[in-house]
Amino acid sequence: MGLLDYFRNSRPDGTANVAKERLQILVAHDRAERHRPSYLPKLQREILEVIRKYVDVDMSAVSVNYEQEESHEVLEFNIILPDTVRHVV
Amino acid sequence: MSRIIVITSGKGGVGKTTTSAALSMGLAQRGHRTVVIDFDVGLRNLDLIMGCERRVVYDFVNVINHEANLNQALIRDKRCDNLYVLPASQTRDKEALTKEGVGRVLDELSQSYEFIVCDSPAGIEHGATMAMYYADDAVVVTNPEVSSVRDSDRMLGILASKSRRAETNAEPIRELLLLTRYDPPRVETGEMLSVKDVQDILSLDLLGIIPESKAVLTASNAGVPVILDRESDAGQAYSDAVSRYLGEEVPHRFMTAEKKGFFNRLFRG
Repeated sequence: MGLLDYFRNSRPDGTANVAKERLQILVAHDRAERHRPSYLPKLQREILEVIRKYVDVDMSAVSVNYEQEESHEVLEFNIILPDTVRHVV
Repeated sequence: MSRIIVITSGKGGVGKTTTSAALSMGLAQRGHRTVVIDFDVGLRNLDLIMGCERRVVYDFVNVINHEANLNQALIRDKRCDNLYVLPASQTRDKEALTKEGVGRVLDELSQSYEFIVCDSPAGIEHGATMAMYYADDAVVVTNPEVSSVRDSDRMLGILASKSRRAETNAEPIRELLLLTRYDPPRVETGEMLSVKDVQDILSLDLLGIIPESKAVLTASNAGVPVILDRESDAGQAYSDAVSRYLGEEVPHRFMTAEKKGFFNRLFRG
């Protein structure tokens, strides 16, 4: 065992790099959440209510994206309207 | 002017109390009047690690509730005259730590101590937020392991948003990384996150690396802060960390595995 180890590549298939990759993704996600304004979920709900007055969409059809760039913040709403726009009112 | 240092982590069992005991003893031994406070109300342990559990009469909560004064509750360390311990209560509920009460006690301590070390409980609940609220410096104790690193990052978010310094727009808390239970041979075989990996993720100044060491358990068994074991790797690593905290430039040790000779490798693997 000792002899084999000695001649084998000293940095084999460790799992530390997997850990690091998972952490980098997770931490980036956690931080993005943390920096989002706390009013976003409420804003999303209220905007959805307004849209629903006119078009029949559900919660999953609306996505809110908040990004912080160097000098400004971008608040992006993406609303998928149904194929045939049906007037509710 | 006194400095309030919180020893925090989010995750439990990573070495907060061991670190609190070691750093406070190290600061006191270098001539600084230091007090170390256990914020883990209900699960006090610092007194055990410091070896003064049989001398506890009054505790932190008694002082907050005006049932005892500070001098009655503080325990002077028998090995170092500059060091005092303020134990946590074993029975009361955590809500006993009020923001005003903690603030008043810290204010009173800052009149006569240079360093106030706050040993935080695990988690991000009331006790942990009280321990970090008034801090000037934070030592984030982290193991090279996914859940610990993630929790440390969450704790950094809390330090940056929920502390007194954050709320009053003062200069932010100085955050320092202390990597504990580090096992260089496992890092070298790619089994464990390296110092660089953890720093890449947390981007904090490195206060020290404490190697995985038998000395830590031996010290806690005996109620002796591990920094007093000068022969041990962990004791020396904590001592280096104290020097760095005080502004000395000390190169990091215990980052690489001891080199084994060819014959050692051959026969012992």
